[in-house]
Amino acid sequence: MTPTYYLVLSAALFTIGAVGVLVRRNAIVVFMCVELMLNAVNLTLITFSRINGSVDGQVIAFFVMIVAAAEVVIGLAIIMSIFRTRRSASVDDANLLKY
Amino acid sequence: MTTAHGVQTGAWLLIAIPALSAAILLLGGKRTDKWGHWLGALVPVGLFVYAVILFFSVKGQSGREINKNYYTWIPVGTFHVDFGILLDPLSMVFVLLITGVGGLIHIYAVGYMAGDPGRRRFFGWFNLFIAAMLLLVLGNNYLSLYVGWEGVGLASYLLIGYYQNRNSAATAAKKAFIMNRVGDVGLSIAIMVMFAYFGTTSFDGVFGAMNGATKGVAAALGFMLLLGACGKSGQFPLQAWLPDAMEGPTPVSALIHAATMVTAGVYLIARSAPIYDHSQAARTAVVVVGAITLLYGCIGGCGQDDLKRVLAYSTVSQIGYMFVAVGLGPGVYAIGIMHLVGHGFFKAALFLSAGSVMHAMNDRIDMRRFGGLAKVMPITYGVFLCGFLAIIGFPLATGFWTKDKIIEAALDKGGTSGWILGLAALLGAGLTAFYMTRALVMTFHGERRWEDDVHPHESPKIMTVPMVILAALSLIGGYLLIFGGAIQHWLTPSVGTSVEEGAHTVSPVVLSLLTLVVVALGIAGAWVAFGMRRVPTVRPVVVSPFTTAARNHLYDDAVDEAVIERPGLWLTRALVYFDNKGVDGVVNGLAAAFGGGSGRLRRLQTGFVRSYALSMLAGAFAVIAVLLAVRFS
Repeated sequence: MTPTYYLVLSAALFTIGAVGVLVRRNAIVVFMCVELMLNAVNLTLITFSRINGSVDGQVIAFFVMIVAAAEVVIGLAIIMSIFRTRRSASVDDANLLKY
Repeated sequence: MTTAHGVQTGAWLLIAIPALSAAILLLGGKRTDKWGHWLGALVPVGLFVYAVILFFSVKGQSGREINKNYYTWIPVGTFHVDFGILLDPLSMVFVLLITGVGGLIHIYAVGYMAGDPGRRRFFGWFNLFIAAMLLLVLGNNYLSLYVGWEGVGLASYLLIGYYQNRNSAATAAKKAFIMNRVGDVGLSIAIMVMFAYFGTTSFDGVFGAMNGATKGVAAALGFMLLLGACGKSGQFPLQAWLPDAMEGPTPVSALIHAATMVTAGVYLIARSAPIYDHSQAARTAVVVVGAITLLYGCIGGCGQDDLKRVLAYSTVSQIGYMFVAVGLGPGVYAIGIMHLVGHGFFKAALFLSAGSVMHAMNDRIDMRRFGGLAKVMPITYGVFLCGFLAIIGFPLATGFWTKDKIIEAALDKGGTSGWILGLAALLGAGLTAFYMTRALVMTFHGERRWEDDVHPHESPKIMTVPMVILAALSLIGGYLLIFGGAIQHWLTPSVGTSVEEGAHTVSPVVLSLLTLVVVALGIAGAWVAFGMRRVPTVRPVVVSPFTTAARNHLYDDAVDEAVIERPGLWLTRALVYFDNKGVDGVVNGLAAAFGGGSGRLRRLQTGFVRSYALSMLAGAFAVIAVLLAVRFS
């Protein structure tokens, strides 16, 4: 197995995530796409860690997971409260903070 | 220099007392209305008595000079200006003239202003005038002279504009103030030059440093001081304010013209003699200015119908004579000062009698409406006649001794320039005789051309007594001054010995006779033109161009307007335009550009999270693209 496949998979996942963030309106889906991008990056980190025979990448992947977990908690809470006040989970409806 | 002792230590009182009296009168308000004018008149008279005592005290002093510093006025690092008083022959002459003639004018003013509700205020300003003038002549450095100089300017402004409800008076006051300011710039630049090059402004310090000064510095000082003197003394080209200053009450005109103010310029140049000794160019400029002005004043005087204006022009021309004298240099200074003192006597006499005439004629001053007043006002007529004889240089009257000396000195300068100067002075004497005779004849002789509602009468004693004293001084003052070379010897320590005994271009006797012939021609001309013919009560319209020019004061206002005022106005307008459109335009344009730009930029904040995300992605791509480009280029 060459590491190239992992990198291609990671790039594919990241692209799916990025496109998802840009095109989907539902906040939950956008959130999932963000997670997808994070994990794509994690995969890249681990792949390179493996290639280079160093654990640095894996350590950073753990950090990313922890940050992602914390982010999920806060993010879901925000989405919940937005949904409660505006009766909608669309990110385009939460557009009050503007010019 | 010797230290002061006895009565001399109190010399500062000469300045303090009139200043204090002015403060009392001006701040005291209506409470001082009852006795204010008496206080105001008493002050200069008292000062005169003190000045006489001082005079004898200084006379007994070796070197006749007392230079006393009272305290350090401006201590800045190594630069010190002391407030001090210089009592020397020159300043003593001025102090006596200012307090003596000034005192008589004050007494006269008590009567003249009797019916005026603002008499107390008038006397407050009058005393302020005296205080400023005494500070001017008594200060021992240029800076305190400058303070007095400005004080005189302020007091003259207030007094010329005394009838503040009259538009013409307010305008005349402003004109005087502004034209004086032009001259003051010259004086202040001169003081700055002194400070920059010599580091001192005291007379002793500056004159001591002159020996080491370059020609350029000496010339700069000379020209700038001359500019200052021209402004204050109403000399060409800053003469236009002086005739307009007649808008003030007559005692003011007398004080400005005889005892104070206009003599300040002559004082400044005589005092700065050591500076002019180092610059021939500046000295020549003084003489040229004097010569132009003396003819200018004579011509202007010939065309006026306003008695006071005629006298004003005669002052302009007489001060021109003094400038010629002080400009001629060492040996002639004393003659200039002598003429100044004599002029103080006879000009005060003339002005006070003109005021007396005005008083009698319901404040009317048009000579075409006078005539035949000699019989009604014999004392006034007598006083005016004495002043008249003195100013034209009638034998043995004051002008005969003082003005003829100046003509003589001008001729003695030698060479072509001496002849030109001498002839100009001689022509001036003839013209003086012409316009003074004209004024005398039109006012006091001939038929009565009064308007119906005037009933002329002689003025009260309080006015006539000072007039008579001044008339007597006009007749014999010149002789007293020159008797045995009295004033020349007295002034020697200040301005150097008088050299009259040098080679004469024309012998004095011949010159005297020649002058008398010229004067007689002038009188005869005026007599033929105005004494033997009927004087029309309305000024004739069809006249020679010469008369028109003289009536319009040789178009000095028009020239000033065309040369200074208009371009100044244009410059101001151009600056305002540039400021509004240029400077403000840049600033406002910049602000508008930022405001408008940010207003548009703000629109990018749409509030849509996904468009932010897109721009972040685009940014990330851009960064990567740049990195790759750098990596593989």
